[in-house]
Amino acid sequence: MEHCAACGTAEQQAKLKAVIEESRSTPGCLMHILQEAQGIYGYLPIEVQKTIAKGLGISLSEVYGVATFYSQFSLKPKGKHKINVCLGTACYVKGGDKILEAVEQELGIKCGECTADGLFSIDSCRCVGACGLAPVIMVGEEVYGKLTPEKVREVIRKYKDEEAKA
Amino acid sequence: MANMVNLKINNIPVSVPEGSTILDAARLAHIEIPTLCYLKDVACVGSCRMCLVEATGARGLVAACVYPVSEGMEVQTNTEKCRKSRRMSLELLLSKHKKKCPSCERNHNCELQRLSAEYNCDEDYFEGEPLEHAIDDSAPYVVRDRDKCINCNRCVAACKKQSVGAIGPIGRGYNVHVGSAFEMSLMESVCVGCGQCIVACPVGALTERTTVDEVWSAIGDPNKKVVFFTAPSVRATLGEAFGLPVGTNVEGKMVAAIRRLGPDYVFNMDITADLTIMEEAHELLDRIQNKGVMPMFTSCCPGWIKFAEQKHPEILPHLSTCKSPQEMFGGLLKTYWCEKMGIDPKDLFVVSVIPCTAKKYECHRPEMKGEVDAAITTRELARMIKTAGIKFTELADEKFDDPFATCSGGATIFGATGGVMEAALRVAAKKLDGKFEVVDFPQVRGTSPIKEATYNVAGHEIRVAVASGLANAEEIIKGIQDGTRHYDFIEIMACPGGCVNGGGQPTLPDSMRNTLDLKSLRAEALYDSDKGNKLRRSSDSPVMDMIYKEYFGQPNSHKAHEVLHTSYKADERI
Repeated sequence: MEHCAACGTAEQQAKLKAVIEESRSTPGCLMHILQEAQGIYGYLPIEVQKTIAKGLGISLSEVYGVATFYSQFSLKPKGKHKINVCLGTACYVKGGDKILEAVEQELGIKCGECTADGLFSIDSCRCVGACGLAPVIMVGEEVYGKLTPEKVREVIRKYKDEEAKA
Repeated sequence: MANMVNLKINNIPVSVPEGSTILDAARLAHIEIPTLCYLKDVACVGSCRMCLVEATGARGLVAACVYPVSEGMEVQTNTEKCRKSRRMSLELLLSKHKKKCPSCERNHNCELQRLSAEYNCDEDYFEGEPLEHAIDDSAPYVVRDRDKCINCNRCVAACKKQSVGAIGPIGRGYNVHVGSAFEMSLMESVCVGCGQCIVACPVGALTERTTVDEVWSAIGDPNKKVVFFTAPSVRATLGEAFGLPVGTNVEGKMVAAIRRLGPDYVFNMDITADLTIMEEAHELLDRIQNKGVMPMFTSCCPGWIKFAEQKHPEILPHLSTCKSPQEMFGGLLKTYWCEKMGIDPKDLFVVSVIPCTAKKYECHRPEMKGEVDAAITTRELARMIKTAGIKFTELADEKFDDPFATCSGGATIFGATGGVMEAALRVAAKKLDGKFEVVDFPQVRGTSPIKEATYNVAGHEIRVAVASGLANAEEIIKGIQDGTRHYDFIEIMACPGGCVNGGGQPTLPDSMRNTLDLKSLRAEALYDSDKGNKLRRSSDSPVMDMIYKEYFGQPNSHKAHEVLHTSYKADERI
């Protein structure tokens, strides 16, 4: 396979091939392989899905059907910092939608997208189990609670500044 | 014998084998339960909720197409609860359906329309979201209108059954829809154009890309000479579009009807089926005697060719180089016949009538040089006959035009799985052993997915296999590659049952599709015609004599190669 952004590094390819080889004889292994593949690549681009389809001897449309059925799978690349804005009931009534709007404005992208420099991506989710801190966002594994639109802008700026120094 | 289970449906006692579904049992009791997503031999998932019935021991309504019967069960199919539920399901489907019925190809032949009328539905009862998805007309053989799709997934099942898998359900919930991976157009996908999805579709979401208007224009153009020719299987199915029983051979009426549409000539494509056999049988013998690439696969099915080029480019050297009968006829007309008649090939407009949608794609292949100007399906021909106001069933039989009228019985059976093999065996055996007079090869007949036989002729052992349906072709290829299957000659037809069950054949109502064996009934019409033909072997046809004497010299000659043979190229796709 040639080197391209979508099929990743040789190391990623080798990892994916190994995962397919390990699980291919287990019935219903597609879900597991897609999860692993997303772990390796951060998302599920066409070349990755083609490799999986070929490895399992199933059609690309079958792989794509599963990848689009579950919201945990993403067809678009995610940023280095994955921002998840909670729109679950508690966060929503506390203004989660306003928080999302502020994040979108601060980064100049929409929910589901990734910044051109690959640093930030925004997604929304339903409840991260921290309702007492509503409204909440997660950046990577880090939880930020009791936010206001202004506070959330500060959180994002903190990450931006760190990246600028790095 | 299987254990029998006794139950009552609408108070009628019925006894069925254990493991049967309520739908199977209802059929035996002559009770009709409506279905949409169910299609015999193709799809059975219980997703459309049309076949919901009340059954003792079940909580709420159950889907009759998948729910197994049990001893003492009492089923009610026509209660207020069932009717209300079905009506609501239909009205929900209608809320997402582009209701352009008058202009829809499936108007009066649509399962959703029929059931909506039977259940007295209000098509505007629920207000759906606006329908504004683009129509996919990227391919020259099929048009897909997502806004007419009812997500029954019968097309997906048909495509998967072909082991092609070009389409599948995408997304979730209200947004779920049928499409190709990454929303590719059908032309970019692994679709091979067989059209099995079209004949599986209960509504007008999948239709052939029609070229009827081009054909009418050519007929109306005084500067064009228009030639029609019809494929072997069309005579066995066209009558269905005019209410005749499945399996009626309407050859004479078909010729009469086409003549009334106004072309200059009506020819019999069986001629180039004979010509295919002459070329292919000689190619096979040449490969056997000169240690060529073996085994050899037939090449008359363009869906199979596209499948091989995309999925198994490694087997391309095994494919016969013979063009399909359609392209052979186009080539023959625009060379030999034009020269003979003093016609400029540019003034000739060639229309093939075929049971197939892949043949629409085939005539666009660049190496075919536009030898066939338009390929129309059996359905499109039926539509033209209706447009012209021709009373099809009242027509007296007429004959094809000379010089392309007389064919062998071997050519006619091309339309059924095993037919090409049998026709080739008739010629090859006679060629190997001049005293070989057998013309019936029953081992390769019938609708079994894979048929095998071995024949001994003049010291040669010929091992043959016949497969119809691409999943079965896949199995044959795998078997050859892993060394478990050994053959010399293999016939492949993309569509299960062969061309009689092609993607361009009339779309019959589910009530018939789910109860009749269409493949066998249609094939029978062709085998009857073969039996009644004095000429059984392609090599005995006087038309073949004429064509070779006047133009090609002999089979596989240089000139024959130029006009009647082709080449393939790998186009690997996942």
